[in-house]
Amino acid sequence: MAGPSTRLRVIKLYKELHRLGRDYPDENYDFNGKLRRMFEKNKNLTDPEEIEKALKLGEYIRNETLALYSLRKYRHLKRNYVIAPS
Amino acid sequence: MRPSTTRLLNILVPVKRAVDYAVKIRVNPQQTGVDLNVKHSMNPFDEIAIEEAVRIRERLPKGSEPVTITALTIGPPKSVETLRTALAMGADAAFHVELPETAPAPEPLGVAKAVQAIIEKQQNSVDMVILGKQSIDDDLGQTGQMLAGLLDWGQATYASKVDLDLDQKNAVITREIDGGLEQVCVKFPLIVTTDLRLNEPRYASLPNIMKAKKKPVTKLTPADLGVSFKPQMEVIKVTEPPKRVGGTKVESVDELVEKLKAAGFTAVS
Repeated sequence: MAGPSTRLRVIKLYKELHRLGRDYPDENYDFNGKLRRMFEKNKNLTDPEEIEKALKLGEYIRNETLALYSLRKYRHLKRNYVIAPS
Repeated sequence: MRPSTTRLLNILVPVKRAVDYAVKIRVNPQQTGVDLNVKHSMNPFDEIAIEEAVRIRERLPKGSEPVTITALTIGPPKSVETLRTALAMGADAAFHVELPETAPAPEPLGVAKAVQAIIEKQQNSVDMVILGKQSIDDDLGQTGQMLAGLLDWGQATYASKVDLDLDQKNAVITREIDGGLEQVCVKFPLIVTTDLRLNEPRYASLPNIMKAKKKPVTKLTPADLGVSFKPQMEVIKVTEPPKRVGGTKVESVDELVEKLKAAGFTAVS
């Protein structure tokens, strides 16, 4: 691990993803289990470029998950609470 | 220095802790309601209301008067979680009118009277109240309108766009109505109820949730406000909709026509 600031970034990202994982819509998809395994797989990285790549992937997944949640909610509300123009 | 007499813009956003939108609800055995032992979260239309208040603050040019956003909820002790979400999204402070755990859910008229009492306690410094158009658990959609009636304020419901003019002290609001959109101009102070297309609420990130723990939440009781939440409606019965009967596949057009005739459909000339 390269430096304390990277360590803080990684921990912050893990906490964010873990919190998001609690609300995952599919019960059969072990989000938090996969999250833990993916982070553990990368725990011995030393090359700063590789670490950055892994962090970027984590951030990408976080943004995709957030988009999934907000789209899902929007679609549900639109289907049930918006009367389509006839 | 802006040569105006406007002071700080004060926005009140009542929010409700409602059954979460994703829950598959079931009627309770007594048929008086739904099983409430399920996940609850902030009513989605109230999330849109908080988001709009925060965006109003963000849209104002730098150097304008500051905006204060106050969230408010009426409910059992657990409702404070909903206030924490509102504070994490950007509200500055919150009020919690605490009801006992066993009390029935408050009705729109009771809620409107409580909000009115809080506005009067603030010595009428509230400029705008933004509410969700309806809550997804009772689907009543009355609170905003009743509040406007009680306060004798203008209202713009089903808002899909809100533009404030602080110099003129009014707001131009686009409303979603049957057949299209309507633009209204309403003077301050006003009530706005939010419709789905007003905005996309932000997700309360972890750092904001942490910061929200420091923001003040003031507890109040119905007695403090002089309001009674005694229900005026009684739910007599709640039943599930009739189960869908499965469809059948037909092999040919003739068979389809036979089945339609059997079901009582006649040909249109």
